[in-house]
Amino acid sequence: MSRIQTTFDKLQQHNRRALIPFFTAGDPSPAMTVPLLHAMVAAGADVIELGVPFSDPMADGPTIQRASERSLKQGTSLRGVLDMVAEFRLQDNSTPIVLMGYGNPIEAMGWEVFARRCAEVGVDGVLTVDFPPEESHEAFEHLQRHGIDPIFLLAPTTLEARIEQVAKLARGYVYYVSLKGVTGSGNLDLSAIEQKLPQLRKHIKLPIGVGFGIRDAATARAVAKLCDGVVVGSRIVQQIEDSTEATVIDNVSALIKELRLAVDQA
Amino acid sequence: MYNYPDSTGHFGQFGGIYMAETLIPAVEELRTQYLRYRDDPEFKAEFAYELKHYVGRPSPIYHAKNWSDRLGGAQIYLKREDLNHTGAHKINNAIGQALLARRMGKKRVIAETGAGMHGVATATVAARYGMECVVYMGAEDIQRQSPNVYRMKLLGATVVPVESGSRTLKDACNEAIRDWVTNVESTFYIFGTAAGPHPYPMMVRDFQCVIGNEAKIQMPEMIGRQPDAVIACVGGGSNAIGLFYPYIEDTSVQIIGVEAGGHGIASGHHAAPLTSNSKVGVLHGNKVYLIQDENGQIIETHSISAGLDYPGVGPEHCLLRDLGRAQYVAINDDEALQAFHDLCRFEGIIPALESSHALAHAAKIAPGMSRDKVLLVNLSGRGDKDINTVARLSGITL
Repeated sequence: MSRIQTTFDKLQQHNRRALIPFFTAGDPSPAMTVPLLHAMVAAGADVIELGVPFSDPMADGPTIQRASERSLKQGTSLRGVLDMVAEFRLQDNSTPIVLMGYGNPIEAMGWEVFARRCAEVGVDGVLTVDFPPEESHEAFEHLQRHGIDPIFLLAPTTLEARIEQVAKLARGYVYYVSLKGVTGSGNLDLSAIEQKLPQLRKHIKLPIGVGFGIRDAATARAVAKLCDGVVVGSRIVQQIEDSTEATVIDNVSALIKELRLAVDQA
Repeated sequence: MYNYPDSTGHFGQFGGIYMAETLIPAVEELRTQYLRYRDDPEFKAEFAYELKHYVGRPSPIYHAKNWSDRLGGAQIYLKREDLNHTGAHKINNAIGQALLARRMGKKRVIAETGAGMHGVATATVAARYGMECVVYMGAEDIQRQSPNVYRMKLLGATVVPVESGSRTLKDACNEAIRDWVTNVESTFYIFGTAAGPHPYPMMVRDFQCVIGNEAKIQMPEMIGRQPDAVIACVGGGSNAIGLFYPYIEDTSVQIIGVEAGGHGIASGHHAAPLTSNSKVGVLHGNKVYLIQDENGQIIETHSISAGLDYPGVGPEHCLLRDLGRAQYVAINDDEALQAFHDLCRFEGIIPALESSHALAHAAKIAPGMSRDKVLLVNLSGRGDKDINTVARLSGITL
C-alpha cells in the first residue's frame, strides 16, 4: 500500500483530517529544506507538498512567486529537490511527499527518468499544475509504471463530466482548488466549497484535499469540516519569508501546531 | 494535405492546452464558441465590415523600388500592415476576439503586451465596443515603449506594470493569466499572438490570415504572379502565420520566418528559439520550442525589439520548421537597426523594430538574387513607438 493511502486510511480510522502543508524547496535556502520537512512532521503535518520552483509560476500569487525566485537564485533544480527527498527519507520512511510544480522542469529531465528517480528517492505523488488530464498521457504512463501517484486538481469551474474524467486518472488524493484565483488569494467562499463537495464525492472515491486561500486556524478549521485534508501553502511560505534562518524552524513549527490543533477541532 | 491543429489542439507534438484546471473550462468554452461563430455568416460579415471600415483594409502592397535598386538584386515588396488603424497587424486579431467576447457576453477584456501594439489594439477595440480593459505590460517594456503606454491610457485602458521575472512580455503573460484565473467568469483574455492554449494559436492565425489572403490576390494583380518568397518577423509569430498560412500549400513560394538574434545567437543574448535549436518545452499553455536552461527554467531573452523579446514561439511555426515547409533565420539587433534606418531614408517609411528584422533579412538575401525575383516582406507595424529607443541608440536625447 502506498504511503499516501496508508496515511489517509489511518487518519480516517481515527476520524481525523489530514494537514497538508506546502512550501517551496530551497526556500529560505537549500540547506533548510530537509530540516523544515522534519520539523513539519514533528509539528503535526500528515502529508507534505514540496514545491519545485519554476521561473514562471503562472498559478501562484506573489508570496509563492517570491519563494520560487529566492530558491532559484540559490541554484535549486528539480534534480536537487529529488536529492533533498532522498535525504529526508534517511530518517522518515512514512510521511508522504508530493512534489508540486510546473511541467517544464520535468519535461526537460524527461518523464521516464523523473518517475524512476521519484521511486528511487521516495516521492509518493506528483502534482503538475499546468498539465491537465488531457495532456497527461505520457506523464501518467511513466508515473504509474513506477508506482507514483498522479495528483490532479479540480476547481470551482470544473464541470461534472470532467470530474468523472479526473476520477478515473487520479491516484492518492484529489486536490480541490477552493477558489477562482492564484495561490494565496483571500476570497475563500466556504458555502461554495460546501455546495461543490457532494458533486465531487459522487465521482471521487479518493480522499479530497482542499487548498488555496486557507490563511489561518479559523479557515483551516472551517475547511477541515468539509473534506479529508487541508492544504496550507502561501501562509506557510509567508512565515518562512518573515523569519530568519535562525528562527524559521521554530516559527514554522509553531504555525503547523496551531493549524494541527485547528484541523483536529473540526 | 496540411490540416492543423488536430481536434485536440495539437500541431504534431506542439500546441495543446497546458493550463491549470481552473482555466480549462474557460478555454474549452472559448473553443466551442469560436467553432460556433467561425463560419457563422453574420459573424464573418461583421468581422469583414470592421476590417474594411474601421481598420482600413485591405492594406496595400508597396514596391520598395528605391531600396531594391540600391540593394541591386531581388525586388522587395512590402505588405503594409503598418497602415492599419493603430499601426500594426495586431488590430486584425483584437477585433476578431472582441467580436467573439461580445457574443460570449464578456464585458471585461484583458491583454498582455510587449511592444505595446497588441495592448493598443486591445484598448482600441475595448473603447470601440464599450468594454473594460486591463493591459499587463512588463515594467522594462513600459520604459522602452512609453508612447504606447500613454496611447492605451488615452483609450481608457488600465495599464498594469509587471515587476516580476525579467519584467518583459513573458512576465506580462504570466500576470494576465493570473488575472484570468481570478476573474474567469467575467473576463475574456484577448491573447495577442498565435500561441498559448488551444484554441488561441488556431484562432489568432485565422483572424490574421486576412494578411496572406489579401496578398495572394494583390501580388498577381501587381506583378502577374505570386512572390518567390514571403518573409516575416517571428516573436510569437502572429503576423508571420497570418502571411504564411495561405501560402503553405503553394510550394513554389518559399516561407522565411525571422527571429530576433539580439547580440547574436552565439552570445546567448537573443530571442530566437527556433534558430538556436532550443529544446521543446511547455510554457503559457502550449508545448513549443523554448529558450531554457538544462533544468527547464526559462532563460531571460534579449532583443532590441520588445515585441520579439519572448522565449517561446507559436506551435505552428515549430511544426512548419520540423516539416521543412518554412525556414527560420535570425537577425541581430544591429542588422535590424540598419534596415530600420534604410527604410526611413530610401522609402520614407518608419518601420517597427520588430518588422525591421524581416526587412533586414530581405536586404541580406536580395543582393544575391536576380532582379526578376520578388520578396514579399510583411511590414507588420509602424515604428513611431520606437523612436525613443532608436534615438537613444544613436546617442540622441529627445
